[in-house]
Amino acid sequence: MPSKQRKPTLAVWKFASCDGCQLSLLDCEDELLQVAGAVQIANFLEASSAVQPGPYDLSLVEGSITTPHDAERIQAIRKSSRFLVTIGACATAGGIQALRNFADVEEFTRIVYAKPEYIKTLKHSTPISEHVKVDFELRGCPINKGQLLEVISAFLHKRRPNIPQHSVCLECKARGTVCVMVAQGTPCLGPVTQAGCGAICPAYQRGCYGCFGPQENPNTVALSAWWTLLGLDEAAQQRAFRTYNAGAKAFSKEAERHG
Amino acid sequence: MQKGPFVLERSGLLQLLQALKAKGYLTLGPTVREGAIVYDQLSRLEDLPIGYTDHQEGGTYRLRRRGDEALFGYNVGPHSWKRFLHPPILRLFRARKINGGFEFEHEAEALPNYAFIGVRACELLAIRVQDQVFLGGAYQDPHYKARRERVFIVAVNCTQAGNTCFCASVQSGPKAQAGFDLALTEVLEGDRHYFVGEVGSERGAEVLGEIPHRAALPSEVAQAEAKVAQATRQMGRSLATEGLKEMLYQNLEHPRWEQVAARCLSCGNCTQVCPTCFCTSVEDHTDLSGVAERTRRWDSCFTADFSYLHGGSVRVSTKARYRQWLTHKLATWQDQFGMLGCVGCGRCITWCPVGIDLTEEVAAMRGAHV
Repeated sequence: MPSKQRKPTLAVWKFASCDGCQLSLLDCEDELLQVAGAVQIANFLEASSAVQPGPYDLSLVEGSITTPHDAERIQAIRKSSRFLVTIGACATAGGIQALRNFADVEEFTRIVYAKPEYIKTLKHSTPISEHVKVDFELRGCPINKGQLLEVISAFLHKRRPNIPQHSVCLECKARGTVCVMVAQGTPCLGPVTQAGCGAICPAYQRGCYGCFGPQENPNTVALSAWWTLLGLDEAAQQRAFRTYNAGAKAFSKEAERHG
Repeated sequence: MQKGPFVLERSGLLQLLQALKAKGYLTLGPTVREGAIVYDQLSRLEDLPIGYTDHQEGGTYRLRRRGDEALFGYNVGPHSWKRFLHPPILRLFRARKINGGFEFEHEAEALPNYAFIGVRACELLAIRVQDQVFLGGAYQDPHYKARRERVFIVAVNCTQAGNTCFCASVQSGPKAQAGFDLALTEVLEGDRHYFVGEVGSERGAEVLGEIPHRAALPSEVAQAEAKVAQATRQMGRSLATEGLKEMLYQNLEHPRWEQVAARCLSCGNCTQVCPTCFCTSVEDHTDLSGVAERTRRWDSCFTADFSYLHGGSVRVSTKARYRQWLTHKLATWQDQFGMLGCVGCGRCITWCPVGIDLTEEVAAMRGAHV
């Protein structure tokens, strides 16, 4: 009986991004055939040029909105998608390119391009949710493939994805990693960052870079006060909060305090 | 059977490890990793943190060289034995959808017999507290029970205390009182390096019988006692426990909760390093091939999801979360389990990334109230 049912269609879309999050889907290796068995991949240019027309049951959207054309395109994608899930820091918070939000884009284009008048770009890099309704936001730079499979699986089983919003610290402690901030005085964004990566960086003796954006209750002010005690100056603190999730509200607000 | 205190030479400790291994135990104990003393497998004496000590303060831990060759010359680190008795992530079962129903796969857990080497007095109490939590009531936790029953415990008495230690305040240490198979006090005295030991169980006596040892001289016992007394004098923190429960119940709206909430990161580190915190969440997963599995993982009362009920989280603010943790640990735990939930190990102070100190919070509330 299930074989007669139409498989749900999956579309993957790209906006301003590096493609790393889409690649996480291709990187699923062992599970990729299961994904292909469970859904009909109807639009995924990174994997195949065979594109089927919409509407689509599940759209995965990578990248942020940085051009007037993108701002129109996302509206059409939303209209042709039953569920729309953003994947990664770009689509969810504006990405590293949201650094433009704190600078003069016209000046950039003048410096970089010989003919800046050909460049049509927006002043800000914005997340998908500022343009259309988003059903779920998957964090990460890049996303974690286990979490991606969890979201797809939850969609197929019509349940809520199990994606925790707590700090990275719980992942460090579960894997037995020694806290780099306490034991080595290394500034770490882990306490204010959402888990999901498996706490990779501290396991390699580095502080967390905040790739998954702010956790659900981030106290960046208290963390920053401790960093000051560790000897981190204002410029370094601002840089720490202005990386892949520079546009996430909690991080952009904290970065402003150190301007 | 060895009745009174005995002496084990330094070399005897290796023989103890070997004897335990020969009996099929997986020997676990302190070792240096990632700039701290953690618990992991021990196969040789050289795996121990020889000549190391630690300097601890609120939010700070640093390894230091001691200038001697002590094997146990430090205090507790970020790990506790909880991670072996109550693992951070545990798969409870897997199930497969077959013919409209479910087929459950119960895995018989292949559990090793653990021998814990170097369990401190505060940690013995922590294990006793978790025994009460997991085995004390009508519903026992079979996973904890299976692990707990197999454990062989070699306690080591502390001969120094850290800056964040307060076991003397809660009467958990620094000397191991009960709950061990063997207990040792390390003595370095001139050229001599030995352990004064005590037998705590039949199993302990049996293992001791297999390794060279002798009855301790009164002077050796006195040396060991003096070292432990030194640890009592060095306690870096203290916690007044008298009337503690009532004091907290009377101060649920004390302004101090707001003040500590301004500093608290609600990251959950204190609950993860605490050797008595036992909360878990149970999660169901389904994968794309139709296999469902249920896992249990350490959770924390500092997360919003922890108190999520229908319609939302009960404890939204950091203040509510910190107050929940502290009052559970020190007050409601007493109502629930008949004992304090705190053993004075100081881990929550040292491993709080911003150095929040529960002894300081309690003292501040007492100061304003008394």
